[in-house]
Amino acid sequence: MKKKNCINSMRVSLPSFSVNESAARAIVSAFVAQLNPTFDELSDIKCAVSEAVTNSTVHGYRNVIGQITIGVRLFDDRSVRIEVKDKGRGIEDVEVAMQPLFTTDPDGERSGMGFTLIENFMDTLAVKSKPGRGTRVVMKKKLSALPVTR
Amino acid sequence: MKEECKVIFRTSGDVLTAAITGEVDHHGARRIRAKIDEEVMTERPRGLVLDLSRVSFMDSSGIGLILGRFSKASEMGMSFAVSNPSDGTKKILDLAGMDRIVRIVCGKYRDERGEKAV
Repeated sequence: MKKKNCINSMRVSLPSFSVNESAARAIVSAFVAQLNPTFDELSDIKCAVSEAVTNSTVHGYRNVIGQITIGVRLFDDRSVRIEVKDKGRGIEDVEVAMQPLFTTDPDGERSGMGFTLIENFMDTLAVKSKPGRGTRVVMKKKLSALPVTR
Repeated sequence: MKEECKVIFRTSGDVLTAAITGEVDHHGARRIRAKIDEEVMTERPRGLVLDLSRVSFMDSSGIGLILGRFSKASEMGMSFAVSNPSDGTKKILDLAGMDRIVRIVCGKYRDERGEKAV
């Protein structure tokens, strides 16, 4: 199998202000745009980034402001790897947290659908977390082939 | 340029329509949640419609916003519907199985029997 090569990468760190959820989406989609994704692919990626960053904002840094690091790597086989990392409170049981409708939100306004949406929008999702240390979400998606131009 | 999440209210008969515009993420949903609840408490309508036709982005926070308003409306004995989601918004609603929980209407808020949706 041909080894894929990373052709471009970026890393950005943002404080966990909720206003930065849209900034994170905009930055990642602007960077991924150089691979010419379809409108739907870009919408899927935006939503996945939004979910991961919101998890860090709402759960990782509940009642405090901390840094959220977002790394994006683009590969020559048109795949995208996005990493969202925080040094927040972490998740006790990742498997349970990833179940649809699971939420720890006290005011009941979170749907608990974040990880479920990421799983639907991306090809792979891996979540690593240590209570008290933080959470790292890695998601990958392979973009469709570009239409052949004559 | 980012479109701030806003809500505009219309009343038609005893139905209150909350037309939501912009990006409904956790930040945006938090801004408009209290406004919708306040308007409902003041107006005391018989039905509540969340018009999503001008929502440019929505994630699971939008699902939370809809479910929260739906449960409040149910508690108050009001009917509830979501109207005119864009294709992108509809995809999120479908993935979350919202069509099995709340009524989603398109067009002029009328269902197939020609009755008003709420």
